[in-house]
Formats: sequence, structure tokens, C-alpha cells
Amino acid sequence: MNSLIRRKLVENAYRLKLSHKGFCTGAAAKVSSSNGAQPSNDHVGQQKSSNKSEPHDIAIVGGGMVGMALACSLARMPMTKHLKVAIIDSNPALSNGLSIKKEDPPDARVSTVTPATISLFKDIGAWKYVEQHRHAYFDQMQVWDYTGLGYTRYDARDVHKEYLGCVVENKVLHSSLLSCMQDTDFQKTIYPSRLSSMALNPGILSMGMNSTSSGLNERGNLAKLDLSDGNSLYAKLVVGADGSKSRVRELAGFKTTGWKYSQNAIICTVEHHAENRCAWQRFLPTGPIALLPIGDNFSNIVWTMNPEEATDRKSMVEDDFVKAVNSALDYGFGPHPKSSNFGSGGIFSWFKTDTTICANECFKVPPKVMKLASERMVFPLSLMHANNYVSKHVVLIGDAAHTVHPLAGQGVNLGFGDAFSLSRIISEGIAVGTDISEVNLLKKYEAERKTANVTMMAILDGFQRAYSVDFGPLNVLRAAAFHGAQYIPPLKRSIISYASGDQRLPIFS
Amino acid sequence: MAGKLLKQLRPPPYTATASASLHRPRFLNFHNATRLFSDAPPPSGEPPPSIPPPQNPHSPSPSSLNQAELAKFAAIAGTWWDSEGPFKPLHAMNPTRLAFIRSTLCRHFRRDPLSARPFEGLKFLDVGCGGGILSEPLARMGASVTGVDAVDKNIKIARLHADLDPVTSSIEYHCTTAEKLVEEQRSFDAVFALEVIEHVANPAEFCKSLSALTVPDGASVISTINRSMRAYATAIVAAEYLLHWLPKGTHQWSSFLTPEELVLILERASISVQEMAGFAYNPLTGRWFISDDVSVNFIAYGTKIETVTL
Repeated sequence: MNSLIRRKLVENAYRLKLSHKGFCTGAAAKVSSSNGAQPSNDHVGQQKSSNKSEPHDIAIVGGGMVGMALACSLARMPMTKHLKVAIIDSNPALSNGLSIKKEDPPDARVSTVTPATISLFKDIGAWKYVEQHRHAYFDQMQVWDYTGLGYTRYDARDVHKEYLGCVVENKVLHSSLLSCMQDTDFQKTIYPSRLSSMALNPGILSMGMNSTSSGLNERGNLAKLDLSDGNSLYAKLVVGADGSKSRVRELAGFKTTGWKYSQNAIICTVEHHAENRCAWQRFLPTGPIALLPIGDNFSNIVWTMNPEEATDRKSMVEDDFVKAVNSALDYGFGPHPKSSNFGSGGIFSWFKTDTTICANECFKVPPKVMKLASERMVFPLSLMHANNYVSKHVVLIGDAAHTVHPLAGQGVNLGFGDAFSLSRIISEGIAVGTDISEVNLLKKYEAERKTANVTMMAILDGFQRAYSVDFGPLNVLRAAAFHGAQYIPPLKRSIISYASGDQRLPIFS
Repeated sequence: MAGKLLKQLRPPPYTATASASLHRPRFLNFHNATRLFSDAPPPSGEPPPSIPPPQNPHSPSPSSLNQAELAKFAAIAGTWWDSEGPFKPLHAMNPTRLAFIRSTLCRHFRRDPLSARPFEGLKFLDVGCGGGILSEPLARMGASVTGVDAVDKNIKIARLHADLDPVTSSIEYHCTTAEKLVEEQRSFDAVFALEVIEHVANPAEFCKSLSALTVPDGASVISTINRSMRAYATAIVAAEYLLHWLPKGTHQWSSFLTPEELVLILERASISVQEMAGFAYNPLTGRWFISDDVSVNFIAYGTKIETVTL
């Protein structure tokens, strides 16, 4: 009873405030008469009061690649396409649409998309939008290190596939997902703002038997999100897809485990004379350097090193940087590994059952970099994993739940895996009439993704540590690992399958 | 132990009527069947284990309620929606039984199985709805649901919880019994009695009431636990005494029905069982799944056939 009186007083005070501002009293009356409307601290949102009082089913905080993948997937599945979704992201490109021109030089921010992710995209019909823009399939990969003791060359034909992966610019992935979603009549509302605070209402057990007004009850099972521009919205489920510094994760109180790597990554686009269809990665004493084809004679460089070197190399003159890159890929830091010829694989030669053609198996030198085609960007690297992905009304996907080292190009693929898995679980829940904010349902998503993510993170972290130590016996061990992967076909196939996302566990699948 | 079990069993009136021998399913084994339901009243020398007094003093008709059973549920009513509480196994099993219901009823009513709300426009009745664990998902699937339960506390909890979501706030909850609804001559497109029949005093009468509440060509879905050795080991010993999933004494093994018996009493109530499935539990994943194994939990879907007077 007291709360009713209190609310009426606030509403009256509110109405007075509004009339001072000169707003039309019609809108004010609509707000105060709408059943159980919580007095929110916004004035601008009055015109949108009809939108506001309609609670959304899902609020996706963060409209990046992974958030968009979730939205697009929900839009395309029959069981979820009727849901009302709100997307909260202050990026103006979401409302205005991204226009990508063919002549634009490639952006330095790219992602390697694994075959598993490509097939998920194809399932929702989004891959054809990606193929309309620049993208580069690669069917070969060479990994070696500075000691020159060993190398591994992977070929898609080892696993009877046509490609090992595809390198696509992030803005292309993002706009493809956006276009794919806009081609449906999905009910989405884009809020160009940031999340400032969130209230997750407790469940029924804390409410007394004598309820006050039906309006309060109707909001009883919803989460309330307050945005920085003053709007508020209600949603059954809040999805945190807002990146490694996730606000949703912070507000929901999820604890994380992780550490910073004492490494930064420089990324930039470079140009060659000819097309490159192979992905190259060389482990140097301070960190790996990767050269990924991006299409049209361009390639993307991801060079990990310690922070001082990173600032040096970022501010270096362009020509010097190009020289440094070529040296890092070629003879810098150490010799080339010796290629295998027939019979010279040492003790492993009798493992090989099929005769290999030298052209594919021999060590090759990466193509020379001609010039820099974009500016250099530096990012700090860290490992982070949220201890829980779900709680009532909240779920985390993508970088908000986990960040990894870029050395195997898995980061965004884990994120896409999360997004598609969550949308499938939501769809299955709706099929049997479950309330999508229920923790039991969300825990199914967590169980599925946590094991996959933690396994991958552990492996990548292991690699990062193994390759950051220059110690004689360890170098030989690494060389042995290279040789093993190169000359033992089942192991090579297993590695390729796992990295492509076709296999769930590295060994026992 | 076997002797104690046999003592718990009700006295079998071995008077098989003509209709039973006509409708003899191939798996029915008369030697094993210990409860054959005839229309003859039980022998007067042996009082039935539970005396069912009418819930409402105004209604003179016999009800299938069992006061001791009701008291058991009234005691834990507050924990219905606590998914870690005494009803945890029910919450875990719920999506699985809804999957069966969705699949069979979409076929029965010829609705699009890919629709998010396939039961739009249909009237469903949930008998023994408890806290509304089944009623709410059915309402979200589009049906107009009425939920009834004999325990008033359950209905209150159910109403409170359903009001939290605008979609489920349209569910009608009443504290009443199936028999009373029959008197009010209500009828529904589909009637559900999941995990109820093992708690009623007179299953045959209960099934007749359920049938009377279903429109001709409507559907009935009943789930219960099989009266088998395996069910004794799993649902009573393991669930109640070892794992403490359920409070001790929740189930009486003697009240369980075998699938054959359920089919028989449903036939007598003009419901023809079309499909039956079992629920199995995978302890590694902690999830339930539908299987052909009806030896512990099972669910049956039947259609109301037109009663032909001979």
C-alpha cells in the first residue's frame, strides 16, 4: 500500500516537472496512466513511451560481430524469428548501415574464419553476403620457428577439404550479418547508446502473497536496463556480447580468471606482387608473426612482441618496418628448416604410407612484402575466462566470456560458436514452452560451450608458453613436435580437424 | 523383501470381463497382472488401503482423492518453483515430457510443428497442475490452459507465478477436482494428468472423469511410473532413500500402474492409447531423454473415441 502511494506521489511530481519543461500533457498522462510504469529518469524518451512499455524478449548488449551473429541467427530460425529483440550499441553504423566499397583498401582488423564457422554461417544464409565482398580462402598453412629445426606444412587435401579457412575483414563479417538480418522481417530495435546500469529482479519466492498492483507483477520477471542516454528497457534475457571489457559482465557480478600476456600485437595490411593462398606463421623468440592472405595481393600481418618493441616498430618509418617484417619472415633470428625429400625424413620416413609430392611438402619461404597498405595498430594481449557464463536473466557470449591469444586465429570462432549455440538452445527452449530467462535452460548453453572454450584456451595458452622460452632442450622438443605433426598423418589430420572446428576434443574424437 | 512387497499389493479380483479378453494386447500377461479392474466393487472383507472422503462437503459424488497424498503435497507447496528444491527431478523432466506432448499433439491436431505457438486456439486442462510446471509451458505454446489441483496452496502459488509473465497470466487456476469439473460439464480439447494417477485412490474412476472432460476426438495425455522391479529400485529406493531427490514416502509402489493396466483402464474409459514412450535418465549429463524403455517412467497419449452403445 505504501509503495502505491509513493509511486502516485512520484508520478504526480513527475507530471509537474514535465509541464514545466513544456511537454504536451497528453504524453505525460499516457506515461502516468500506463499500468505500473516505473518512474524512469528520462525526459527524452517520452515520445517513445509506447515502445518502452513493451518489454523485449532478448536484449543484446553489444552489436559487434558476435552480437550480430546471435541476432541474425535468431532472425533466421523458425522458432525464434517472432522474438522482440533489442540491440544496444552506440556504433552509428548499425542504424545507418555499413557501406563497403570494393576499392577500399583492406582494413587491418581481420579474422580467420574456420570451416565450422563457415558452415554455421551457411546454415543461416549469411555466408553468401560475405562472399560478395573481399574474402580469401586459404588451403595451405606453414608453421615453423626461428631455430630452423623443424616445420609443419598443412594442406586442406590432408583432410579431403578444399580450404583450411577463410580470412575476412571484420567489417565485412559485421555488415554481412547485418544485411542478412535486415532481409527478414525480424522485430529488432536498435538503441544507439551504452548500458549504464541493470536491475535483475529477484524471483517469485521473495514476493509476498499480497501483491500490490498487477503492473508490478508483470515486470516481476524481467530485467531492467538503463542506458546512458536516459532510456530504459525491459527484457526477459540480457545477452552480454560487449567485448572483453564487458559492462554486462561487470554489472552482473561475474568473476573472471586470467592474466595479461606481456605481449602486444601489431596488426597491419601489406601488399605483395602476387596472390598469396597460404597462411604463414613463424614463432620468433619474442612471439609469433603471422602472415594471412586477405585477397587481391594483400595480406594481413599479426606480429606479437613485447610492449617496448611494439611501440618501436609502430613508430618506425614504413620502409624500415617492411624490411623488419621481411627479415622476421625470412632469415631473421635463425636459419630456414631443411625440407624433407623422399627418404630423408629420418626415423619418420617409414611412417609415411603415401608418397608425398615435394611441391606441397617442402619448406617454402613466405612471399616478400612490398609495401605497407594500412596504418599499424597495437593491441595488448591477455587471457581471460569468466567463471560463469550464465545467471538468471543474463548470459555472456564471445569476448565478454573469454579472450585468447591470437596465435591460432580461434578467438572470434569461439565467439561465433557461442552465439550459434545459444540461439539453438533458445530455440529448443521455446519449442517446449520454456521461459528463456530460466537458469536451467541457460546452463545447457554453458555446459556445452564451457568445455569447448576452456579446452581451446588451455591449448593455446600452452602453445604460447612453450614458444616463449628459448632453452636448448625445449627447442629440440618443439622441433620434435613440428616433425611429429609434419610426418605423422593421423596427428596432422587430427590437428587440422580440431583447429577447423570439425572436432570437439583434440584427441579422442 | 518380496513378502513385504506382496503384502502391499491390493487384493486382485480375478474376474476378467468379456471386454478385457477381447481387447487383449499381446504383451498382457494375466499371471502377472495383479490389479484387474472390473466393474464389481472390491470385496467388502478387505478395506481399501485409503479411504477417499469427498473434498467438498457439498458434493456427494465420490472423488478420486486421497487425503494422505494431498497432505504430502501441501507440506512442500512453497518449493514448487525452486528448481533446486524437492521438485528438482520434475523440473529436469519437464522439457522432455513437453517434447513428447508437442510432437504427438502437433500431429493429432494437425498443427505446424515448426511454429512457436502451435496450440493456438485449443483448450487444455491440466489435472493435478501443482505449481503450474506443465501449465505455463503449454500456455506459452499458445493454448488456453485451465489448471486444477486439489491442494489450495498449490493453486495460490501457481497463480502468483503465472502472473509474472503476461503470456502465462491468462491461465485459469481452480482449486477443484476432475469429478467436479465433470459435474460442471466442462470439456477440453486435450486433458493432461501427468504424474497424478499414482496418487489417486481409484484410477479407473479418475480415467473415466478425464475421458468425460475430453471432447470426442480430443487427446488425453497421462504419465506415471511403472509398477516394476526396476521402478522400485529407481524411483523409490534410489530417488527417495539414496539420492534424496524426492521426500521419503512420495510414492507408493503399490499405486503404480503397469502400461498394460493403464491402457486397459483407458480403453474402458473410451480413450484409445495411440503412443507410449518412456523417460530415461542419463546420470552423466544429468538429463532426461525419451526412449522406448517404459520400465520406469512412461507417458501415454490417447484419443477419445466415440462411445458406441451396443
